[in-house]
Amino acid sequence: MLQRLQNISFLDIALWALGAIIIFVVIWGTVATLIENPYPAQTWVETVVAGIAQGSLYALIAIGYTLVYGVLFMINFAHGEFFMSGIITATIFLAQPMKASGFLDAHPVISISLIAVTAILVSVGIALLTERVAYRPLRKAPRLVPLITAIGASFFWQYFFRGLYGSEVKSFPQFEALAGKASILGIPILKSHIIVIIAAVLMLIGLYFFIMKTKVGKSIRAVAENKDVAALMGINVDRAVAITFAMGSAMAGIAGVLFALVFRQVHFFMGFIPGIKAFTAAVLGGIGSVPGAALGGFLLGMFESVGPGLFLEGLGIPAPHQLKDVIAFTLLVLVLIFRPQGILGERLAVEKA
Amino acid sequence: MAMLEVKNLHTYYGNIQALQGISLEVEEGEIVTLIGANGAGKTTTLRSICRLLDPRQGSIILEGEDLANCKAHEMVYKGVAMVPEGRGVFSRLTVAENLDMGAFSRDDASGVRQDLERVYNLFPRLKERRAQVAGTLSGGEQQMLATGRALMAHPRLMLMDEPSMGLSPILVEDTFETIKAINKEGTTILLVEQNATMAFSVADRGYVLQTGEIILHDTAENLKTNEMVQKAYLGIE
Repeated sequence: MLQRLQNISFLDIALWALGAIIIFVVIWGTVATLIENPYPAQTWVETVVAGIAQGSLYALIAIGYTLVYGVLFMINFAHGEFFMSGIITATIFLAQPMKASGFLDAHPVISISLIAVTAILVSVGIALLTERVAYRPLRKAPRLVPLITAIGASFFWQYFFRGLYGSEVKSFPQFEALAGKASILGIPILKSHIIVIIAAVLMLIGLYFFIMKTKVGKSIRAVAENKDVAALMGINVDRAVAITFAMGSAMAGIAGVLFALVFRQVHFFMGFIPGIKAFTAAVLGGIGSVPGAALGGFLLGMFESVGPGLFLEGLGIPAPHQLKDVIAFTLLVLVLIFRPQGILGERLAVEKA
Repeated sequence: MAMLEVKNLHTYYGNIQALQGISLEVEEGEIVTLIGANGAGKTTTLRSICRLLDPRQGSIILEGEDLANCKAHEMVYKGVAMVPEGRGVFSRLTVAENLDMGAFSRDDASGVRQDLERVYNLFPRLKERRAQVAGTLSGGEQQMLATGRALMAHPRLMLMDEPSMGLSPILVEDTFETIKAINKEGTTILLVEQNATMAFSVADRGYVLQTGEIILHDTAENLKTNEMVQKAYLGIE
């Protein structure tokens, strides 16, 4: 017993104290909010649905981080730019001209399909190019090297698209069919949120089955475990890695389209914050785990959406919704301190270091 | 013509020379064993043959074809499968998925089914545990899985890297029985071993490796009675 006490350092105590303080503040804020009851029930429902919608975007983007980490043990910080590149290109070359010519309102289903396919193709193309040129030559380098390269690639693509399309915010046209709210079980919900949630859930389920059940999916899991032995099975490791990047960036491309449907604007810097948030989600769920990335995404979206109103409102903090990023990153710090492997993660860091 | 012909192989790790001119031959239908102490270069030789390492010099000729430009993942398509050192099972995949990956190179569904039957007959334990994640298997079961996985490629030449490592004496006996059985069914085997006694009991011929060089090469019968081999590898004074 005494031995165990001696093993606890001041740092541990300080970290636990930090955790305790944050949990105390959260509980205090929540209780205060509930007593004060500043919002009607309808607002809470809307906040929860918005959280799920935001969370599904994070989940889709987080898949890309987790897949690449699972196979290469590298954090691909350029992933947010893969997300941005597809939708910004589709907006400029398809969505805006189609709106201007009236095609978009006349044939909304064809239009959104074309936009989605284009966004996916561009995102996948940029991802494969980055993998081939910037990451593959560094496959055997120390792990810090591809990490720094990824940050460089992130800046490269941001300023590449800024130079290509300009730095101003571009509007993404409104789809008339998706304007306004629909009533589900008597609860009015934004139609764009419904589309985002359904599309994301379908994509996530599809991806999970692809990874678990198909031959290509199994080969990717084999490569993630042991590249040499996978090669002995006849698996082309380079190709498996490229397919992994392609799948992750296809998810990011779709996420870009859904993002544009909700927020109706795109710009060259739009990938940065969602990228960092999705990385947070991947770490939260357990990086390397596909269900973990999905769970982490939904949880993070929910915390961000519900958190400010629930935890902070009652503390008397003015404009708490400005602080949703604080909640997201506090969550990241707490997870890194108390459960570095994430909710569903294995202790990859130890195993693979 | 030999099935596998390795000529004057020089392999380096960085600047450290691990193999200093290895030459060996494996005839079709044989079991050939490569014995030697830790660090003699046995595993390096196998990894060079299956192209996981790139030798600086020398050639590897399989059935008359020079494999100089062959990639590691193409070897199995040439009929070469490997049971790697330390088994190398995919621990987060199930037993059945591991065997599936063994057959990754194949398109003939009916042939794959037959081989799966054969593997399950050879190792009934694997059939019982087919839905289990491979990381939860015992060492002996993992060895069965690694061997079964290599068989799923239906190889003509099988490279085995210390299949007896870390197994109990009874399991070692079983493993070598299996090796003999696999060979009888027509698979040529190049076997790397530290357990020279067992290796000579199944092998037709043997090579003795010391610090990256072949120092001796003879039939297994003759090696068993060779004074130097007895002293250094069989523990007979």
